[in-house]
Amino acid sequence: MKVLVSVKRAIDYNVRIQIKPDGSGVVENGVKHSMNPFDEIAVEQAMRWKEAGSADEVVAVTIGPEAAKEQLRSALAFGCDRAIHVKTDEPVQPLTAARVFEALAKKEEPKVFLMGKQAIDDDSNQTGQMTAALLEWPQATFASEIELDGETAKVTREIDAGLETLDIDLPGVITADLRLNEPRYLKLPDIMKAKKKPIEDTSLDDLGVERAAMLETVKTVAPPERGGGIKVESVDELVSKLKEKGLL
Amino acid sequence: MSEETERDVMEYDVLIVGAGPAGLSAACRLKQKSPELEVCIVEKGSEVGAHLLSGAVFEPRALDELFPDWKEKGAPLNVPVTRDEIYFFTSESKATKMPNAFVPAPMHNEGNYVISLGQLGRWLGEQAEALGVEIYPGFAAQTPIIEDGVVKGIVTGEMGVGKNGEPKDSHVPGMELRAKYTFFSEGCRGHIGKQLIREFELDKDVDPQHYGIGLKEIWEIDPEKHEPGLVIHGAGWPIHLSGSGGSFLYHLEDNRVAVGLIVDLNYENPYLSPFKEFQRFKHHPKIAQYLEGGKRVSYGSRAITKGGLNSLPKMTVPGAVLLGCDAGTLNFAKIKGNHTAMKSGMLAAEAAAEALTGGGEGHDELTGYTDAFKASWVYEELYASRNFGASLHKFGTFKGGALNYIEQNWFKGKAPWNFHDTTPDYAATKPADQCTEIEYPKPDGKLSFDILSSVHLSNTGHEEDQPCHLKLTDPSIPIEHNLPKYAEPAQRYCPAGVYEVVNGDDGKPRFQINFANCVHCKTCDIKDPSQNITWVPPEGGGGPKYSAM
Repeated sequence: MKVLVSVKRAIDYNVRIQIKPDGSGVVENGVKHSMNPFDEIAVEQAMRWKEAGSADEVVAVTIGPEAAKEQLRSALAFGCDRAIHVKTDEPVQPLTAARVFEALAKKEEPKVFLMGKQAIDDDSNQTGQMTAALLEWPQATFASEIELDGETAKVTREIDAGLETLDIDLPGVITADLRLNEPRYLKLPDIMKAKKKPIEDTSLDDLGVERAAMLETVKTVAPPERGGGIKVESVDELVSKLKEKGLL
Repeated sequence: MSEETERDVMEYDVLIVGAGPAGLSAACRLKQKSPELEVCIVEKGSEVGAHLLSGAVFEPRALDELFPDWKEKGAPLNVPVTRDEIYFFTSESKATKMPNAFVPAPMHNEGNYVISLGQLGRWLGEQAEALGVEIYPGFAAQTPIIEDGVVKGIVTGEMGVGKNGEPKDSHVPGMELRAKYTFFSEGCRGHIGKQLIREFELDKDVDPQHYGIGLKEIWEIDPEKHEPGLVIHGAGWPIHLSGSGGSFLYHLEDNRVAVGLIVDLNYENPYLSPFKEFQRFKHHPKIAQYLEGGKRVSYGSRAITKGGLNSLPKMTVPGAVLLGCDAGTLNFAKIKGNHTAMKSGMLAAEAAAEALTGGGEGHDELTGYTDAFKASWVYEELYASRNFGASLHKFGTFKGGALNYIEQNWFKGKAPWNFHDTTPDYAATKPADQCTEIEYPKPDGKLSFDILSSVHLSNTGHEEDQPCHLKLTDPSIPIEHNLPKYAEPAQRYCPAGVYEVVNGDDGKPRFQINFANCVHCKTCDIKDPSQNITWVPPEGGGGPKYSAM
């Protein structure tokens, strides 16, 4: 079974985000980037399938600038067999990404297309769903447990009301939630080996992908600073304060 | 871990510990001289530059030699120094500007640049990788491999060990990286450098090393007040009240300024808090005039090796060398160590390349490095400024400063006297009962801040479930000895709020180490009056994530 897994280069979760003074976006220059944590979970899952013998080839894909090769190298260090880099310096909207993944899925014909449920930079949470729609494949999002069974997968999803279990036919798109697994530490020897694994370069044009321009960023602002808290003297005061704020 | 652990092993020609200016320059030079050499760098930061912090006014002399075409290659030296101002801060509101004629020659900055060392480090990392150097960030060198008195490489830190010291499911053992020569460029008070200096008695013929703690913030200021290339240095208030040191404010690009304070770590009063001195310093009108209305965007701290030539240890052992601040090549008269660190790396690289391409097997003492160092301009610089720090320590800021002026401008650094400061910094700390408690003003939240909101701006993070990387030789000392005698100064010298004395459930004081806050400055390892704290690297990738410090 072949698995395609997408990884996105995003600002590291430890970094305190700073807004550009003109509000056109966030400061990215000189800022540490790493693999989107949900994608890391997806890659880990693919590796576990490979080690258990249920996947025989795992291919990592990314869309982004030259620097995104770093994240592909990480995916290869996890143990992915090869990688595809769709190079672009333009911002990529979810629909564009989904079209790229559609094109790659048609070319690579994986049984499972595994993704993080969303990227921590724009928090769109759309690409997985759109990819499934374009391919007319079944989708199971927010997976916290996946059991593969040849032509189908049993996926436990984390939803508001609790857990939901779906059976989907494969090929399908599955997106990973936080509790699916805990990614491993990369080993230095594996990082060394990853330097020698093949990365295929391609582009939006090579894949014949039409760029989507569905979204326009109007302005980026920092969230309001948290105001100081107050101390209340009694339960009654607490209740009346909460009522005042319309919280009760 | 037990001795039987099976470790992976890789062998290189030259292994470099630490991707700072010294290590990266060494790596580039090695590949320039002998492209066939296999060169590897391990770096404990999560990426190159993540742990780099410097003022920085940068003298391009070494870079000119390493990459004469650095401009075309896009090195991030974008702001030439346009103007120097030096102030003596006489009180919290007054300052005297030093007339240019009285400025010691090494403090002139024509031809220098205001830079971010983090950015320069990233650029040097790219150059090194383009030359074929393998760089592995996120992997700390834990221990040296020493066999029969020869350094043969290092073991990287293990990952996935729990708080209790037991391996977790995610456990990954360390890896042996072996090399013909190992270069240690860990920066000030490198934990392996320190071990080598002790085990090989490299400092037996020199004065004790001296240190400072540097604290720095980056601010985005009102464009109206911004003057790219303006460099301001200061001495005096507030630090002259209870210690010595200096301050700076550099105008970078993009309406940013770097503001900082350096406190010499030989201060006597255990109540001194370098962090709070720095916070109040920013209220001086000469500094506040730029910061008011601005926004603080970054904070960090790092110790500085500043003993100079009088404290410079022997820099070679069989199979290994010390570079840059790991040895102590900073020129304190210039308050610059980046160019000398780079040059020391280049000299060691040239010596190693020559030894290895001549068919050498390595593992010997790289004496060619020492010889070249002594014949170089770095040595000349360090010789000229050898008395600078000691005269300030001996005679105080005023008289010592005057003496330095005479020595640097009249004798061109070749004065017929030598001053020594033979008290280690930690031993200068006086008992608390001989000192007065210092009352610091409360932070106003505009110019000055508390410690936790500051550490937040250093993007510091550590895996919480791992053993504490700040090791106490005797866990009873902080409460039973340091607290009664010195009011446990760790609570105040740590710029990241790592050390706290809290009241336990039994009402008795307890020493608490919040290691996850650690910004890897190494001050505790240096200043603890009982020399009871040893800094060892935490799990690789932990620590600050400075973007452009």
